[in-house]
Amino acid sequence: MNFIVSTWAIVVKDVRSELRTRYALNALLMFVVTSVATILFALRDDELSPEILSGMFWVVIFFTAMSGLSRIFVSEEERGTTLTLQLVASPSVVYFGKLLFNSGLTLILSSAVTVLYVVVFPAFVIKSPLIFGFTVFLGSLGFASAATIIAAVIAKANTKGTLYPVLSFPILIPLLMTVMKSTARALDGELFTAALGEFQILVSYLLVMTAGSYLLFDYVWKE
Amino acid sequence: MKAVKYLSIILVTFVIIAGIAIPMVPEPQSLFEFPIIPGLEDKARNIFFHVPVAWTSVLGFLVALYYGFKYLRTKNLDYDIQSVSSAGLGMMFCLLATVTGSIWAKFNWGSFWNWDPRETSIFILLLIYGAYFALRSALGSDEARARLSAVYAILAGLTAPFFIFIMPRIVGGLHPGAKGDTSGSTPVAQLHMPPNMRFVFFVSLIGFSLLFIWLLNVRIRAARVEHQLSIKDH
Repeated sequence: MNFIVSTWAIVVKDVRSELRTRYALNALLMFVVTSVATILFALRDDELSPEILSGMFWVVIFFTAMSGLSRIFVSEEERGTTLTLQLVASPSVVYFGKLLFNSGLTLILSSAVTVLYVVVFPAFVIKSPLIFGFTVFLGSLGFASAATIIAAVIAKANTKGTLYPVLSFPILIPLLMTVMKSTARALDGELFTAALGEFQILVSYLLVMTAGSYLLFDYVWKE
Repeated sequence: MKAVKYLSIILVTFVIIAGIAIPMVPEPQSLFEFPIIPGLEDKARNIFFHVPVAWTSVLGFLVALYYGFKYLRTKNLDYDIQSVSSAGLGMMFCLLATVTGSIWAKFNWGSFWNWDPRETSIFILLLIYGAYFALRSALGSDEARARLSAVYAILAGLTAPFFIFIMPRIVGGLHPGAKGDTSGSTPVAQLHMPPNMRFVFFVSLIGFSLLFIWLLNVRIRAARVEHQLSIKDH
């Protein structure tokens, strides 16, 4: 019980400091708009196939997430509040608090990209909403779980910005390949049962990454 | 270590001579003749070099992972020296495996790169090695470098089952053991080799593993000396 209360306190603290500046949210949404606009300029009037669109969908999410999700730990380091946080909360509480915040942020981000894609790409028609919903939900959670622990690792490094996508990409590849495939299924309008294999991979990825991060976080967090 | 050194030199030399010099004939009669495999011919000889090198690159990663894990348990910097030495060697073997495989693929499958699941896996292994060394160079203190790079190696190792067991099943491929292979899709491809080829192949696996152990030992000793000198300088 105490664990849940403390974790929630960390989430509330992060949401509050985020709402004060709206740094991450604004930056992420502007990044989404900019990258989708760039794709539109490159395409002009060409029609894209669902396979390419589902790939592009996750490319935008990947690079946007890489520009913003590291803030969760980098900002603590920049403000010099890491030590305070180490004193007031146990590592697992900090980890799950940050993970929940990043998961929420990723879900907002992927919903924003979905809305934008439906509006601007006529070929982006979600024919099986159930597959699409599950893919985006599980994909975002898996994304956040890997991105959070890597953010904690790079917060101590010198070149944080460039290092973040470099370290995250190899770890995220299994997830990216799976979500791209099942998003293409959703756009093709396949039956829900056809995508069950992908969902199994996504769930196992999420569990493996979260459990691994939970076990390793102590070593990252404590000097 | 002397025994390992000489044994690895002898075994790898044997593999180079036997793998290249034994002629390939349509109907092999003696031990010193390999059969011609239709569609592969002399290109089949690559298996004596490419597969052991690829195996050694994975071995290098596993050893780095193991010592990284030990470092986290004990905080003894010597384990980090062993871990990074192994990762450096693994990266070299990974490059060799990529190059030998890629050249072979050009002549056998028509292009240097096809994004077959195993090609994707070795590409990701290269990326992981690259990211591991990029992370190390971005960290200031010895202690943080050892700790965080060990954590990263373990995290990267956690994704390995997805590449080894899951991806080859869902994506069709060109390597043996891929989805749609008539001899069955298993994580480890079954060997369809005559006994004498199989012998050279396993000797090669052992020879390259021993070569790895010897090179690792040399690197670790050199890295320890370097570490001692850097402590003296400060």
